[in-house]
Amino acid sequence: MSLITPDFGLLVWMTLIFGIVFFVLAKWGFPMIIDSVQKRADRINDSIRQAKEAEEKLRNLASEQAMMIEETRKEQSRILKEAALARDKMVEQAKVQAGDEASKILEQARVQIAAEKESAMRDIRKEVALLSVSVAEKVLRKELDSGVNKDELVGRMIDELRS
Amino acid sequence: MLPFQAVAAGASDTDVDLDMDEYLYGHVRDSYEWHITTINGKPVSIPLPVIVISRNGNGTHVFSSRHLEEGEYQGFSIASSGKYENKIVEKGPGGSEIRPWDFSITKNVLGLLINSALLLFIVLGTANWYRRHDATEEAPKGGVGIMEMMVTMVEDDIIKDCVGEDYRRYSPYLLTAFFFIFINNLMGIVPFFPGGANITGNIAVTLVLALFTFFTVNLFGNKHYWKEILWPDVPTWLKVPVPLMPAIEIIGMFTKPFSLMVRLFANILAGHFMILGVVAVVFLTAKMGAAVNGGLSAVAVVLGVFMDCLELLVAFIQAYVFTMLSAVFIGLSRQKAKTH
Repeated sequence: MSLITPDFGLLVWMTLIFGIVFFVLAKWGFPMIIDSVQKRADRINDSIRQAKEAEEKLRNLASEQAMMIEETRKEQSRILKEAALARDKMVEQAKVQAGDEASKILEQARVQIAAEKESAMRDIRKEVALLSVSVAEKVLRKELDSGVNKDELVGRMIDELRS
Repeated sequence: MLPFQAVAAGASDTDVDLDMDEYLYGHVRDSYEWHITTINGKPVSIPLPVIVISRNGNGTHVFSSRHLEEGEYQGFSIASSGKYENKIVEKGPGGSEIRPWDFSITKNVLGLLINSALLLFIVLGTANWYRRHDATEEAPKGGVGIMEMMVTMVEDDIIKDCVGEDYRRYSPYLLTAFFFIFINNLMGIVPFFPGGANITGNIAVTLVLALFTFFTVNLFGNKHYWKEILWPDVPTWLKVPVPLMPAIEIIGMFTKPFSLMVRLFANILAGHFMILGVVAVVFLTAKMGAAVNGGLSAVAVVLGVFMDCLELLVAFIQAYVFTMLSAVFIGLSRQKAKTH
């Protein structure tokens, strides 16, 4: 029957031993293990979450990049178009300006030619007048030399001058 | 337990009839010396210190149990029969045998000390690994890895599930209980010296364990727990004038740890008895001739291996069950009031 009667001495020793073991393990044993394992579990969870976030970010980055390229391309074509437009405008302007300039130069040339022509005509006229005077002198002298109607002639010429 | 020891002890007994009672109980009960083997009819055992405080004014005595082999020593002797069989007794007034206060380091106490030292070494060694390493950077391997796996298993599967919200407060106790029972169970299966003491199959040991659970449950029980005991949610006539339900609940308070105590004790003790019984077949058939003895011995060895494997399983299961039920009882005492 001693098997089912707890022995007092063993009871005391067991309480003491188990109490000490419990105290020591509860203070320096298990919490350390549990906390460390918990910390590692937390860290692993954190790492997984961060990896997921990074992946997400990377995916966003790729789409962002594609968007940027698209935008750049648009910008490029816009700039090219603008440049073409500006070029066309400049050429047009240059053409107009050149035309203006040319017409101005032509006008000037025309004016100058007209002036030259005028002065040339004046010279010719002067020359012709001188020539006709000298011809008239020669004719007159010949008539006078012939002596026919000398006086009448002089008279008529004076009359003509008076009139 | 101890098939080797039994074989050694039995070898010398082949010329005499095997005293089955003495053989069985001798191996599972507590004793003042640690019997290791018997060589040529001479027992080889470790004498352990006896510490007794006399109850009839004889004072405190500390001496080796070796002195008790011859009979009486300093007024103390081991009773050979009667109420205190195999315990140290002294002569009381009127010549009757009375029991002194007996705080001897018995086989079980020494076994407890050895196993506890082993447990402390293992668990503190494991904890030390975490102190020396950054657990967030690396995982332990080998023994520390096994310990981590077991601690995590008990923590996650038993404690977290059964205790509920504030399980963190109770996990040191429940983990200690689990590993304490487990290591003592395992050491009980080891058949030679540092093992082989029937510790968790001793009622005093399981009683203390059950008491720890009892106090943990009842000292930290919340208001709802006490209300459920003293004024449970049942029809009023079950509570007044005869407090039938409260009485049942209060009895339940004690039957829970009582069942814990008996379950562990009976399982481990029965396991030891089974193995001892199987091994005993070898010696009981010794006189039946070589053929019968040889054949049955072979059967006994196969059965013994099977039983040892079974006991390994039981060692784990009983530690698991004790811890789980303790956790469930604690969980019940921490339950919040439900809206019915």
